[in-house]
Amino acid sequence: MNAGQLPRWVDFGLIPLLNLTAAFLVSGLVVLIIGENPIEVVQVLLWGALGFGEGVGFTLFYATNFIFTGLAVAVAFHAGLFNIGGEGQAYIGGLGVAFACLALDQVVPWWVTMPFAIVGAALAGAAWAFIPAWLQATRGSHIVITTIMFNFIAASLMVYLLVNVIGEAGSMQPETRTFEDGGRLPFLNDFIPFADFGTAPVNLSLVLGLIACFGVWLLIWRTRLGYEIRSFGANPTAAVYAGISPVRTIVVTMLISGGLAGMMAMNEIMGSQHRLLIEFVTGYGFVGIAVALMGRAHPIGIVLAAVLFGMLYQGGAELSFEIPTITRDMIVVIQGLVILFAGALEHMFRPALVQFFTMRRLNAAQTG
Amino acid sequence: MNGTPAIELRKINKRFGPVHANRNIDLVVKKGSIHGIIGENGAGKSTLMSILYGFYHADDGDIVINGNKVSIPDSKSAISLGIGMVHQHFMLVDNFSVLENVILGAEGGARLAGGVDKARQELRRLEEEYELRVDPDAIVQDLPVGLQQRVEILKALFRGADILILDEPTGVLTPAEADHLFKILEVLRDEGKTVLLITHKLREIMAITDTVSVMRRGEMVATRETSQTSMSELAELMVGRSVLLRVEKEQAQPSDTVLAIENLTVTDSRGVQVVKDVSFEVRAGEIVGIAGVSGNGQSELLETLAGIRRATSGTLRIGGQVIDLADRIIDPAEMRQLSMGHVPEDRHRMGLVTSFPEYENAILGYHHDPEYSNGVFLDLAAIKKTAQTEIERYDIRPPNPLLKTANFSGGNQQKIVLAREIERDPQVLLVGQPTRGVDIGAIEFIHKRLIEMRDAAKGVLLVSVELDEIRGLSDRILVMFDGRIVGERGPDASEGELGLLMAGVEGEAS
Repeated sequence: MNAGQLPRWVDFGLIPLLNLTAAFLVSGLVVLIIGENPIEVVQVLLWGALGFGEGVGFTLFYATNFIFTGLAVAVAFHAGLFNIGGEGQAYIGGLGVAFACLALDQVVPWWVTMPFAIVGAALAGAAWAFIPAWLQATRGSHIVITTIMFNFIAASLMVYLLVNVIGEAGSMQPETRTFEDGGRLPFLNDFIPFADFGTAPVNLSLVLGLIACFGVWLLIWRTRLGYEIRSFGANPTAAVYAGISPVRTIVVTMLISGGLAGMMAMNEIMGSQHRLLIEFVTGYGFVGIAVALMGRAHPIGIVLAAVLFGMLYQGGAELSFEIPTITRDMIVVIQGLVILFAGALEHMFRPALVQFFTMRRLNAAQTG
Repeated sequence: MNGTPAIELRKINKRFGPVHANRNIDLVVKKGSIHGIIGENGAGKSTLMSILYGFYHADDGDIVINGNKVSIPDSKSAISLGIGMVHQHFMLVDNFSVLENVILGAEGGARLAGGVDKARQELRRLEEEYELRVDPDAIVQDLPVGLQQRVEILKALFRGADILILDEPTGVLTPAEADHLFKILEVLRDEGKTVLLITHKLREIMAITDTVSVMRRGEMVATRETSQTSMSELAELMVGRSVLLRVEKEQAQPSDTVLAIENLTVTDSRGVQVVKDVSFEVRAGEIVGIAGVSGNGQSELLETLAGIRRATSGTLRIGGQVIDLADRIIDPAEMRQLSMGHVPEDRHRMGLVTSFPEYENAILGYHHDPEYSNGVFLDLAAIKKTAQTEIERYDIRPPNPLLKTANFSGGNQQKIVLAREIERDPQVLLVGQPTRGVDIGAIEFIHKRLIEMRDAAKGVLLVSVELDEIRGLSDRILVMFDGRIVGERGPDASEGELGLLMAGVEGEAS
């Protein structure tokens, strides 16, 4: 018997819950220190995120971004690769979406544009992941380093493109022209009866994100490719023994990962902004790492973690509006604590729990 | 011999989570004796020694050294109590000299010079007293394994060890080197040192120890005077039932050649030739054994044939195909297509993904078979059915294909690999160290399967560092030394003869 065995519900339920509780307790202390009432803060945060239709809408909108970037990180995780480049891949993904929309928005309805935009987003994101993947697979250049670098390259490239190449002529803004209706995804408000998300831009991309979750689950646990990805991730030597090509596995996995990250741009560009603009990713790619960690690289966990971070984003915005002493920066502190406890300190409570459950099992075995 | 025992352990208990690794262990080791501790892998020998050396702390129980009750929180206090340990995997700095290695951690001051001179004198004294001759200025990586081990022993003695623990010391030695080690141990004993020898080899226990204690499943099941016991009694005590120590088999009926290698040369990543111009063939219905001390190119040979490692030159004939290895890169998938099974030497590193449930490992390498996948999706039902069948046929325990592979014992993990490779019914089976870390009961089972494979007119190429295994199973024995095949012998070759070949000493003209 492995000493580290825990019941599944503990592994996937109790531990994340404990981590979260710890994060909120410490956050509460920070709030106390700056002289506010933590209980009140929690109330405002929860109300802001879930208390009214528009709040829920924004929470879901942000969650959609996190689903895509979280899935991207998770797929790479399964192959033992740490894709820090979600930020850049999503940014470049915007390019693919924008090209499809700019080309088609004046001639066809949105549902014709949509598949082209999806393919464009995925291809652009995948292309941006390809070079780091190739370097890792053939030259051994560490993918963490190269994907971080590619985030910077993406940022600079996009500024150049938006200012000098595809920016709207005659405008001082580094952005493209606004898409017509043929380049806009419908808001959930528009096609779900009785839904009232107010002005929240939550849109069809949420459905796309959930489909992507199912797709990733199928890929990882039900396909031969997923089997190869997991084998390679868990034991590269055994994978080679089994005739699985490391080069192919690394490249294919990173293409999928980059494609998923790129699809985040569907939500922001085609779903909400309706134009390509600079810095629309603003950290969603990085938070995706925390989402994947917290969600245990499993699609269901990722959806839950994405909604949690959506709540923090939206509730946090509401909070800084309602309680002026809690600034935007305080919200970042709270998010940082959640990431710290859920991600970096993931195994903090584990040893104690393992001991507890082992003792219980032993006692049960002795008395039973 | 009377007087206070050197070591006395009383009711030692150690748990790792649900595993009770040491259960109420009592042990008395007489001063100035060689005391063997024998048991299967996982019996708790290493845990017990780690407690004695301060790596682990016992949950309860007492340790008494030379009559004084002590606590050993770390290896430093073990050393100060006069306990020295020679690890299975040497703890030496390869590019340091012998002298530098010996004083490492006991330099005796910030300035090296004084300590070094003193150490040199002390080394000379130790060498004379115990016949432990090593050149103090030799660089460790240039020394043969046997001498490196001697440096480890010197290291312990230099720190004033009176009690010496040796953990599986002969695993990396040739028979001759092992004999030499035993002579050293006898000298040490005669000079009043106490030696604790951990091993799973019965032969060594019989050859060298004064007293032997047997461990089984975390318990000390018996202690015997070595002169009053026998190999078969010890084996029975280790396993808990009587076992067959010899392999029973009929005369081999070899027929057509199923695998032939000509002039195979392999160069490793450092540019060193590890397999040099090797040629041999394996016929259907025979087991060809490759004997040799580990690190003489056997592993590389096996990996090259399996398609994992690239050859620099050579020709491979298998399944009616002739492959020029200088021109063409073969890969493991292709070799499986050519009906070659491969049980790798290291099942944890290579043969299994231990974090997978058992059934997923049942198809590792065969996941492309149409039986298990339609090209995109896996057929989980078919995979689980295969796993279930293999579990039944190979008596894999616990019989649960959903269990994580890491939670199976070493012997059962090996059976998972064997079942996977044999059940595909390959024409040629490559087998590396099939019983390393496997308990005696499973060894018997695995050997039977390999013989069955042979009797079903398949070719088996067996690589093992266990000479007994090679001699028991093989119909022909090839000996590898320094990347070359230095001799071929029949199964009745004596251990001494093979030992000489393994050590690179040219045998009598054959």
